[in-house]
Amino acid sequence: MLEHYVSLATKAIFVENILLAYFLGMCSFLAISKKVETSIGLGMAVTFVLTITAPVNWAIHHFFLQDGALAWVGLPDVDLSYLNFIVFIAVIAALVQLVEMILDRFSPTLYYNLGIFLPLIAVNCAILGGSLFLVERDYTFMESTVFGFGSGLGWFLAIASMSAIRHRLRYSNVPPKLRGLGITMLLTGLLSMAFMAFSGINL
Amino acid sequence: MSLLSKKSTIVLTDPLMNNNPITLQVLGICSALAVTVKVDTAIVMTVAVVFVLSMSNTIISLLRNLIPARVRIIVMLTIIASLVILTDQVLRAYMYDMSKQLSVFVGLIITNCIVMGRAEAFAMQNKPGKSFLDGLGNGLGYGIILIVVSIFRELLGSGSLYGFQIIPSAFYEAGYVNNGLMVLSPGAFIILGLIIWAQRTITNVEED
Repeated sequence: MLEHYVSLATKAIFVENILLAYFLGMCSFLAISKKVETSIGLGMAVTFVLTITAPVNWAIHHFFLQDGALAWVGLPDVDLSYLNFIVFIAVIAALVQLVEMILDRFSPTLYYNLGIFLPLIAVNCAILGGSLFLVERDYTFMESTVFGFGSGLGWFLAIASMSAIRHRLRYSNVPPKLRGLGITMLLTGLLSMAFMAFSGINL
Repeated sequence: MSLLSKKSTIVLTDPLMNNNPITLQVLGICSALAVTVKVDTAIVMTVAVVFVLSMSNTIISLLRNLIPARVRIIVMLTIIASLVILTDQVLRAYMYDMSKQLSVFVGLIITNCIVMGRAEAFAMQNKPGKSFLDGLGNGLGYGIILIVVSIFRELLGSGSLYGFQIIPSAFYEAGYVNNGLMVLSPGAFIILGLIIWAQRTITNVEED
């Protein structure tokens, strides 16, 4: 059983990296990856929030929204799955707010480090994408948690390596019109190719 | 153009080239690339985004004086999410295969930075008619890039366009091979990077 989770996590981190294979969270990736410290801060915040929102959204989908999920209150014919999008985004926004308040109260250092990034995360595609993927792939509760954590870690890895590359890029001679967004896209392509080399791994 | 005033024409056409949301404003790349393996998915995605963006801009602009500034983000998200649900349900009802192919990416229009970005930057300050044109222009500007990327990816990756075989089978017999990389994700990044380079050379924009 443990192997199954390890293999799921490896897949989420490396092989099907949420950023490099599914292009989720590109906006903040491109905007934030200029500096190493901020990238690591945002990467940590994304991992944290994704690990929490994935199981919570799983539970909400499973007990309230799924076709026939409301059988426990005597409404077996109700299918609310069309509300998925709006409920998920509301849950994510609320959880981000909650996480922010809890951190502020109990861990001021962590709050200080992640604080400015947390509001940004509510509209990060990677978070909503993670929740939508776990519905589409019919994950169980444990699988969702592992998938959420793995995806977050994969995103963290991608943005951290990208910021390191961009740091070095400052001293290189890039054609003027390619500077900024253009060269970053090309480099992301190369990074994505490197991550694809993991696809042979099967645990 | 006599139908629109000169100012409105600028609002509509500026995002197509000179102020393109993807290549210059760096918005909405998130869900843009995943649907560009084939031209037909890119076109459906473009229609969906144009609809959501122009409608959300119009509705938010109509309500702009009623929305309290403190909760505006959540109000915008609710409006956008409702429009996306509508789009998703229509796609499922009339184009089921297409909605399977687009999978989660229709839902991800909610968190597409263009929609929120235009609502915040334009619709909150301008009249509904102008906001509608701004949404239309930005949606089309986004769509153009999407379709151009998908044309390259489908032509080089599968040898076809919109499902029709373009590269003749004689080429394949002579040893031509499709570029498998184009179908995978790195192809999308590299093609978009090159398009940004070309587009910035034409419009003469530099970043430091």
